[in-house]
Amino acid sequence: MFDRAEIAVQAAMDAGAAYSDGRAVLDRVEKIEVQNQRLRSLNEQEKVGVGVRALIGSSWGFAATSDLSDASLRACGAKAAAVAKASAVVSGPPLDFPEIPATTATWETPHVENPFDVSSSEKVDMLLDITTTMLAVDGVDSAYGTVSGGDSAKWFVSSTGSAIEQHLIEAGGYYKATAVGEHETQVRSYPQSWGQFETGGYEVIRAWNYQDHAQRVAEEAVALLGAPQMEERETDLILESSQLALQIHESVGHAIELDRILGWEAAFAGTSHLELESLGTHRYGSSLMNITADATIPGALGTFGYDDEGSPAQRVDIVKDGIWVGVLSGRDSAAVAGLTPGGMVRGDGYNRIPMVRMTNVGLLPGAGTLEDIIADTDDGVYMATNRSWSIDDKRLNFQFGCEIGYEVKNGRLGRILKNPTYTGITPQFWGSLDRLAGEPEWVHWGIPNCGKGQPMQVAHTGHSASPGRFRNVRVGVQA
Amino acid sequence: MSRSTELVEKTLEIVGDRAEAQVVAKTGTSELTRFANSFIHQNVSDDVADLTIKVAVAGRVASAATTNPTSAGIESLVSSAIAEASLQRVDDDFPGFGGPVDPVEHDRFDEPTATVDPAARADIVKDFVDAGEGLSAAGMCETNSWYVAYGNTNGRFTDGRHTTAVLDGIHQTGSSAGTGHSAGIGIGSIDGRAAGALAAERARAGRNAFDAKPDVYEVVLAPECMATIAEFIRDDGFSGRSARDGTSFVTIGERRFDPGVSLIDDAFDSRALGLSFDAEGTTRERLALIDGGVTPTLLHDRRTAAHFSVAPNGRAPFAGEGYTGGPTARNMFFKEGAATEEDLIAGVERGIYVSTFNYCRVLDKKSLVVTGLTRNGTFMIENGVISGALTNLRFTQSFIDALAPGNVTGVGSNSRFANGEEDPAVVHTPSFHLAAWNFTGGTDG
Repeated sequence: MFDRAEIAVQAAMDAGAAYSDGRAVLDRVEKIEVQNQRLRSLNEQEKVGVGVRALIGSSWGFAATSDLSDASLRACGAKAAAVAKASAVVSGPPLDFPEIPATTATWETPHVENPFDVSSSEKVDMLLDITTTMLAVDGVDSAYGTVSGGDSAKWFVSSTGSAIEQHLIEAGGYYKATAVGEHETQVRSYPQSWGQFETGGYEVIRAWNYQDHAQRVAEEAVALLGAPQMEERETDLILESSQLALQIHESVGHAIELDRILGWEAAFAGTSHLELESLGTHRYGSSLMNITADATIPGALGTFGYDDEGSPAQRVDIVKDGIWVGVLSGRDSAAVAGLTPGGMVRGDGYNRIPMVRMTNVGLLPGAGTLEDIIADTDDGVYMATNRSWSIDDKRLNFQFGCEIGYEVKNGRLGRILKNPTYTGITPQFWGSLDRLAGEPEWVHWGIPNCGKGQPMQVAHTGHSASPGRFRNVRVGVQA
Repeated sequence: MSRSTELVEKTLEIVGDRAEAQVVAKTGTSELTRFANSFIHQNVSDDVADLTIKVAVAGRVASAATTNPTSAGIESLVSSAIAEASLQRVDDDFPGFGGPVDPVEHDRFDEPTATVDPAARADIVKDFVDAGEGLSAAGMCETNSWYVAYGNTNGRFTDGRHTTAVLDGIHQTGSSAGTGHSAGIGIGSIDGRAAGALAAERARAGRNAFDAKPDVYEVVLAPECMATIAEFIRDDGFSGRSARDGTSFVTIGERRFDPGVSLIDDAFDSRALGLSFDAEGTTRERLALIDGGVTPTLLHDRRTAAHFSVAPNGRAPFAGEGYTGGPTARNMFFKEGAATEEDLIAGVERGIYVSTFNYCRVLDKKSLVVTGLTRNGTFMIENGVISGALTNLRFTQSFIDALAPGNVTGVGSNSRFANGEEDPAVVHTPSFHLAAWNFTGGTDG
């Protein structure tokens, strides 16, 4: 498939591009959904095509096609250059695009069982068993489960001589029980509410022992209907690690995207509260806060060999001892900011222009255990598993809701509390981090649905986290 | 005959008598020009050819999709779908595929938009940018042209084509931002200068913003806010899937909304964008989702219709439509009132004007409590006039209660397509004046 991408890139260069790169991509996704002991959908999707970028002046042109004939690919490359040229009507300063060494390489996700080699009926049977278990719990109104597998082959070429072949494999899923009251719904899910996805084969799903938690999840959903409402107040907040992973994603991961900081995403995704002048001096959080963007973590969802502009996967410090020290960048954004490119540019399939995306933006672990943190808390709340998330366009003002809360009194977990929410302002919140559990409870959570860009692109990102405690947080916000 | 029609016929021919099947083909071009810091930085074009099949083999069901509609690609698509279906248990709830339908007159297609040159989008962007001299502009201008065909082994066949053009942008002063939008069937209807002027006016008016104390306020919500409300009550209220799952707030015939609120979903309205049929080939018949405050019916695909023993009304979503994957509405029109937006503001003693919502998320489906923020233009209203700019506010508010009897104190006459949180140009709405809206936080949390 290298030759398919090369035709398009050459056509873009022939049409006047200063630089061009292209990707031939074959994406396969299988998704199975089961609800209430019925197969809701079994869907296989294959997307194959070529996308080509052309840089002219201040603008990228990008064109994509699923027609892999020579004529179509030549037209595609020429179109990428033509749309870039059309941007001259409203042009800016020429975009600097630093050279990187030409790379010839191959890379494959380590895996045991390709998800497509496991029978769909085995997956359906597992989900049917789980929904049967959950529906058998009195008070459960709906039981849903899903698993997915992805297999992506990419052939990248550039006008400067790179040729990189990658084979990325991932798997994941989740299930949930819903209990409906007269004026409310309550939900519990496992492993987390949007699914736990990792790079690797079907062994990823097997490792989470789905069947072992269905009964508990269903019982908790029903128990929530009769639980007291979380009271609105300021108190100490202990977060379970998947919720802390989403907190990292929303209030750190997006804020450190260099394209947002430079204003390139201002109209849609938004900008950032961070200003480049304060890189290296801005206090993001307490000294316990150490964040890295690491695309090399084995098994994490944002792990790959090379990004979609040919840069190798890297580990970059983002926050060190609470101080902001790094960004997520690509070759163009890094050049504009005078920084080193971070290798963090990816496109959603063949037909989307690559852009800055999170890799594995995670919080390094601390010491001790969740049990220790609870034992060390006189008065507070514990929240687990995300239910809602909202944050402003600068990534400052956030409000999260979780599926379940518990009161914490005198070092012990107390009653279940329903509709737990918390709200805060990013630097103050991270500044209040005072306990973080250690490596045994450090989990590489994956988020399969990070939206950004126009047309919308969905990225798969990783966020390592262990449970942590934040002091004096406003909780229990209600309508 | 369009390429989509050819692909559907070819695919059904390959299926033959091996299975029951329905096939959807979508071909066309999607192009989008993005600008930021007042210049174009990304300009993209995507030639699309999507083919989707759903098969039923003795009641066992599976689906598959590909972007490779070559003969080999279609053969592979059909074979894998049939093979997967054959492995499954019988789907007792499968409603079957529909029978033949009569053709309907419907063409929302603009030839110049289908063949648009990227320079035309760039010109619109230039108009938007130039309307805010000294400001920093960002946004996008998008054009789409689609040919869609549906066919199944029961002899149902329908096809159509449509175009859309959307402009969505902001102007920024450094401390404030304002937003402007325009959408229609054709690129000729997009007024970059007018949208840019509104965005610039809001941005300039937004300077020197102050913090409002979080509290319950009267509000005037601009069309973008109302579009988001319509999308959320559609997905979690009117969708037959939500009703089937027991999470919908709707009780048919019950008055949950103010008598002044009416919301129609009508693909045949002369202003409507899109197709006249859904992803199951069913005609998208005109539906009242709210009629004088009362919901008379739900949105149904064939599966939810069978569950409720009613006829499907053509709301099965195509891939990427709607947020939940369940039945959805794509042509929603709020009934407008007689008041101008200025009249609505004049009726507020002390309240807040909101241009756009941002990052709305449902806290509870049944009560439809939503949290979100204001963005790109929030203003204090005192004694019937805009008295100053506000920093963005967070709200935690039931969208049902927002439109409840007695809370809707005015409906504007300024209807237009508005970009909601989920989709551009599926809601046509005026501004609304609401008696109470619960703001729960400001920039300091």
